[in-house]
Amino acid sequence: MAAERKTKLSKNLLRMKFMQRGLDSETKRQLEEEEKKIISEEHWYLDLPELKEKECFIIEEQSFLLCEDLLYGRMSFRGFNPEVEKLMLQMNSRNKTEEVEGETVELDVSDEEMARRYETLVGTIGKKFAKKRDRVNYEEDENGHVKPTVKVKKMFLKPQD
Amino acid sequence: MAGVVAVAAESLAGGRARAARTVLDQVVLPGEELLLPEQEDAEGPGGTGERPLRLNAGVRARVRVVCGPGLRRCGDRLLVTKCGRLRYKEPGGSGGGGGVYWVDSQQKRYVPVKGDHVIGIVTAKSGDIFKVDVGGSEPASLSYLAFEGATKRNRPNVQVGDLIYGQFVVANKDMEPEMVCIDSCGRANGMGVIGQDGLLFKVTLGLIRKLLAPDCEILQEVGKLYPLEIVFGMNGRIWVKAKTIQQTLILANILEACEHMTADQRKQIFSRLAES
Repeated sequence: MAAERKTKLSKNLLRMKFMQRGLDSETKRQLEEEEKKIISEEHWYLDLPELKEKECFIIEEQSFLLCEDLLYGRMSFRGFNPEVEKLMLQMNSRNKTEEVEGETVELDVSDEEMARRYETLVGTIGKKFAKKRDRVNYEEDENGHVKPTVKVKKMFLKPQD
Repeated sequence: MAGVVAVAAESLAGGRARAARTVLDQVVLPGEELLLPEQEDAEGPGGTGERPLRLNAGVRARVRVVCGPGLRRCGDRLLVTKCGRLRYKEPGGSGGGGGVYWVDSQQKRYVPVKGDHVIGIVTAKSGDIFKVDVGGSEPASLSYLAFEGATKRNRPNVQVGDLIYGQFVVANKDMEPEMVCIDSCGRANGMGVIGQDGLLFKVTLGLIRKLLAPDCEILQEVGKLYPLEIVFGMNGRIWVKAKTIQQTLILANILEACEHMTADQRKQIFSRLAES
């Protein structure tokens, strides 16, 4: 039945990929052109003359950092805050010269901070391995640090006569 | 001062733009147009604005000039928008660029600028961000992930009312300013929550820039008095801390007053302090 007459296929169907494999290049090109025409007609564009962009030699900046060489904003004098003093040297020398001279091994975490962390770390890790009965001995103080409290062990008290 | 202002008014009445080079370190008023060095010869001898014929006009390479705060681009010229003294900085070591022009003006109201380090006060905590008051028209937003070592599980310890030292990443007139407390590498570099105690007070923006200048004598003298810590925010806020309350207050008074003191008066005050 299908061989008797050609079924009228819609345009969309004909545009599909599997239908186009059998077509020859002529019809393919025609189809493509039609498509392009449809698309370009639907595109909106401004009907203005082309503006030539002027090359601008003036750059606008609102920041004072480019204008004046300002020092770093945090300062500490006479050893009030040693970390800030170290930062001052670092940041101000970075402004003067871009390269790092005489790189020393910098500690990411200061020694005090390390000691403080370890102090509480002992408590937290110890709590993990302690048996349920022993977990009562670990208490949290105000900062949320877990510290083991030394508890007096209950020994057998001999009854006095 | 009166003579300078009279000259300025005269040139405005004349309506001709002046060359920026001739006005350096002088007072300029809003509305003046300044010519850049390359344009001066066009205005030169004839005064009619004829351009002299150049055979190889294309070879003349124009350098990029940066116009800083207080100036705007107006065609090929600079338009002054704030009153103050015109300053100029030569281009740096690499040789590129044509230098920076800006107006050294005085004001108390801060306008957020990208890249500025400021002191802010946390006013609200909402969801994932903090609202920080920086003295501008809007509170800046600060994400809780913008601290060093902060992750979704490990939140920074920031409460309402804390002082924050951070820098702006987004600051323009169309959007809410955003600030962070880390730099582009992810390190804090001194930014973050400013510690306990101390005193926060407000000064004019010009004073902050004066104090942060590389050769500031005031800070050198202040540093010799007693151990102290200062944080300067470009939004006009200064935080100071010393060992006792009295020392902190003395320091705050000195910094506020040194704007209007001459060098001699300052030296007198410092010598009196050093004695006591």
